Amino acid sequence: MSRSGLFAAVVAAGLGFTSPVLAQSTVYIPAILELSGAGAVSGTNFRDGMLMAIDEINGKGGILGRKIETPVLDTQSDAGISRAQLQKVLDNKPYVVIGPVFSGSVLVDMALTQQAEIPEIVGGEAAAITQKGGTYVFRTSFGQQFSMPKIANYIRDGIKAKTVAVLWVNNDFGKGGRDTFVKEMAARNIKVVADVSTESGQADFSADVVKIKAANADAIFVYVNEEESARFLREAKKQGIKAPLLGETTLLGQKVIDLAQGAADGVRGHVGLTVDAPIPAVQQFGEKFKKRFNYVCDHNGIKGYTAVYMIKHVTEKIGKFDSKAFAQAAHGMTITPKDEPGILMEATWDKNGDIDRESFLGEVVNGKQKIVATLPKLGK
Amino acid sequence: MASFIQLLVSGLATGAIYALIAVGFTLLWQTSQTINFAQGEFVMLPAFFILAAMNLGAPFWLATLIGLLLSIVVLGLLFKLIIVDPMLRYGVLPLVISTIALSLFLKEAAKDFYSSQAQPFPALVPATDLNVFGAVISLQSLAVLAIAVATVLALHFLLNKTRLGRCMQATAQNPTLARILGIPVERMVLYTFLINGALVAIASILISPIYLAKFTNGETLGIAAFLAAIIGGFNQVRGAILGGVILGILDNLSAAYLSSQYRGAFPLIILIAVILLRPQGLLGRVEERTV
Repeated sequence: MSRSGLFAAVVAAGLGFTSPVLAQSTVYIPAILELSGAGAVSGTNFRDGMLMAIDEINGKGGILGRKIETPVLDTQSDAGISRAQLQKVLDNKPYVVIGPVFSGSVLVDMALTQQAEIPEIVGGEAAAITQKGGTYVFRTSFGQQFSMPKIANYIRDGIKAKTVAVLWVNNDFGKGGRDTFVKEMAARNIKVVADVSTESGQADFSADVVKIKAANADAIFVYVNEEESARFLREAKKQGIKAPLLGETTLLGQKVIDLAQGAADGVRGHVGLTVDAPIPAVQQFGEKFKKRFNYVCDHNGIKGYTAVYMIKHVTEKIGKFDSKAFAQAAHGMTITPKDEPGILMEATWDKNGDIDRESFLGEVVNGKQKIVATLPKLGK
Repeated sequence: MASFIQLLVSGLATGAIYALIAVGFTLLWQTSQTINFAQGEFVMLPAFFILAAMNLGAPFWLATLIGLLLSIVVLGLLFKLIIVDPMLRYGVLPLVISTIALSLFLKEAAKDFYSSQAQPFPALVPATDLNVFGAVISLQSLAVLAIAVATVLALHFLLNKTRLGRCMQATAQNPTLARILGIPVERMVLYTFLINGALVAIASILISPIYLAKFTNGETLGIAAFLAAIIGGFNQVRGAILGGVILGILDNLSAAYLSSQYRGAFPLIILIAVILLRPQGLLGRVEERTV
């Protein structure tokens, strides 16, 4: 290698970049995740799940003989920084980009990956992500337009509620969920009698619970992030809320249950992904994750893990590292655990990049999440 | 009415904690012209000291004592020696920037060395509720209120009724004259940093059972306490207390009776009104400087 070439290699290594030219034995799949700031819990779970999958795949020789090379860049839970980080990795011509998890960041980033024609496997759940006509964005969990009809059906048929109160967090995730939920309620003639917005990171929920209690709804739908869910549940218990408390994955996770310190018992809801799912492969993944990282994996860990296996499977199907061909092949693809055990549960991506798979109805009983029913894929 | 009482007590408890943190802001400002933008992170950190001590097997009371001592040493003594003393000679602005950098460092260090996940934190009193005229008031809120008030009263006693406190006040008002009178100014300044270390530790012990111990806790607490100090008067301890209480109550009542969506805007409206109508703060005194 010439002196200038050697210098370039040293500089590239120092900057943490390894271009495809310099390392043909690897495939460059960078991840942009929330490793600090408000989204750190989600981002680190996603990262750890992703790293598990990468280590497993690399341990078996990689994808099509090439090891996965994944530098992880921190968005600091800020959409602007996320975009800057994405721009940085796009300059190095990635094969696929993984992340981010926060919907606000995904919504900002996806225009860049669309322009660069690089597939982006994201953790965001806001409905808008797959409603903008993008052809390079793929979800790893349900969009709200998929999960809300399931919880809405349960409120109508299971709870038989005529009125409902909604508590939501005022960010892209919460607002998107609230809007979709309210639409689903209207479609089922269920009246929203209280519509309470909360702040991300909010600690005191006494005022919000007073408002919700005064509304006297048949059911209360809670759509805030995990820690706020725990704080809300403690305040709801304190103020003696009697109406059923319902929610999504962010209300029923084991972390929420632990933090709520007994106040989560009786909470019910729709769970898209959980390590408590009555599926042996998912439970085994949860155990492996806990053994390696010493904490209970939440739904984001499963998203990170399955994202990598989705990339592996699609790439092996197309037989080459071609970003455009990847995006085309992934639309409409169904991956079953039989074809790819790492996918854990059968999953289908539609033409918009939305994912469809089985999900669950859960209830918190004696401080543990208990799955009470398995809901089929919407497409079935 | 029951709801109103409930919100008032809850707001008072939160406000009392803001007041404790805001008092630290004013103490440091008065004695050393230090605006500590890491004050929120100073409140976040002692909870992790305590949890770390408990993980090593210490019972809660001992862990609390260790946390308190560590806070006084690390967030009081070392903060002054390593950050404030070297930077202050270059003026207020470099020091402000240093404290902003320190806040980022502390936040990320807590995340990396402990956990990014929120941790349950033991409460000082059992999680039981009292029914007062139909209002459900948690024993925890009452305990927070009582301890915060007792701390402020103790501080008031120290500053106004003891020789040491009067020396500290003299240092705050006119360090040059205080030095001529034989007051060891440097030592008095150091004492205010140690007191701030103790105040943030107490605030941390009170707030962590409610907020949960998390590395991001300092963000909201620091801003709330800073606003409280400005609203009440940055150069008056009693002003900081009033500012804290106003913010705590305002947050709860505005969210319940005006708009939960705009709850974050109400303290800022009050801040703007105070700056326009009474720039020295509600209880602050006018400071004049000649050029």
